[in-house]
Amino acid sequence: MRESTIMKIHYGTALAAVALVAVHILMRLTQNFAESLEYESVLANYKFIPYAIMLELILILLAVHGFNGLRVILIELKQGRIYEKAVSYGCLAAMIGLIAYGSRTIIMTNMGLV
Amino acid sequence: MAQVSSTSNEQSSTAKSITLKISRYNPEHDESSQFMEFNVKYEKWTTVLEAILDVKKHFDHSVAVRYSCRQATCGSCGMIINGKPRLACFTKISELDSDVVTVEPMNNFPVIRDLAVKFEKLFDSHQKIKPYLIRDDTELVSDEKEFLQTPEEVEQYIQFANCIKCGLCNSACPTMATDSSFVGPQALAQAYRYVADSRDKGKDSRLKIIDDSHGIWRCHFAGSCSQVCPKGVDPAMGIQLLRGYMLGFRS
Ligand code: HEM
Ligand code: SF4
Ligand code: FES
Repeated sequence: MRESTIMKIHYGTALAAVALVAVHILMRLTQNFAESLEYESVLANYKFIPYAIMLELILILLAVHGFNGLRVILIELKQGRIYEKAVSYGCLAAMIGLIAYGSRTIIMTNMGLV
Repeated sequence: MAQVSSTSNEQSSTAKSITLKISRYNPEHDESSQFMEFNVKYEKWTTVLEAILDVKKHFDHSVAVRYSCRQATCGSCGMIINGKPRLACFTKISELDSDVVTVEPMNNFPVIRDLAVKFEKLFDSHQKIKPYLIRDDTELVSDEKEFLQTPEEVEQYIQFANCIKCGLCNSACPTMATDSSFVGPQALAQAYRYVADSRDKGKDSRLKIIDDSHGIWRCHFAGSCSQVCPKGVDPAMGIQLLRGYMLGFRS
């Protein structure tokens, strides 16, 4: 992928994350902090489909943004063809791994499997 | 290391003196650099370059330093003076306001010896961005004698045309310090200089060249390049304006 395309995604995910994390925080303010962490209340959040979709989106946005950011840091730290390939694919794999693991939690909870 | 006293300018009664600390390093047989101290007399107008040449003349002719024009035009005498990248010929000792003046080779450049550094990478990066007007016709064969520009069109790029390739911006850049493949602020500022020139038609090819994993996106807006440029070029701004083209804000 072109570097400019990657960086457009990087900036885009950052902006979108600001908007969605703001909504996420506002939703949390509907309850007091201790209450919002109660078992039943957390389950209810995951079962509320629009909110679960938003959490999934935040997960994707921040995983993409964060691991691309990590790739940037690592290729600026050390250079070399093999090293840079390993960094790129490693970050991509970790990104997919994190999204898969987070999605598993969201989907399983949403479907009442826990 | 050595501590020597200066004899130059002894006839002058107004002369004051400073300690000039010169970083000495020969990669062929030294493990690391070491400072050599010299006591140098100076006048209000004495430049750091003149002080170094004074040391070469009177104490140690083996001090390696690169210079040519002595008037901030050739871009040869960049070095770190009291911690900041500056041109030695364009920095007066009196303006440093310090009894000790330390000179070191520029950061982010391989040292040849003492204060002289290798410029190959800077010149390669500069060449890579095609620092010349690209178009199919030429002034020589076209009916019109010149490619005319309005003052507004000249204004778009003229400050960037002042670059003397001294490398001070690259020396100040934090990305250059760790990313050995980074194209650097000097070349990026020159890419903007040609892209913004109304006579040039090479925008797309130039933007493609700098759109690389070690290209323009590795700038993180530190702005150090613009702070140290002795010619009033603002590479940091050039980089942001180039990004404008790449993100679709400018055409
Ligand atoms: C939602 C608020 C956020 C915004 C507006 C934001 C914005 C940005 C921007 C503009 C950059 C590029 C900086 C540059 O090129 O110098 C960046 C880089 C980066 N971001 Fe974020 N970011 C946000 C949240 C996060 C989060 C939550 C993480 C961690 C998961 C993260 C990890 C990184 C990393 C590792 C970099 C690379 C470091 C760098 O380039 O300086 N960001 N961010
Ligand atoms: S932009 Fe300024 S600091 Fe950089 S090489 Fe050109 S003249 Fe020197
Ligand atoms: S000697 Fe030419 S720029 Fe200093």
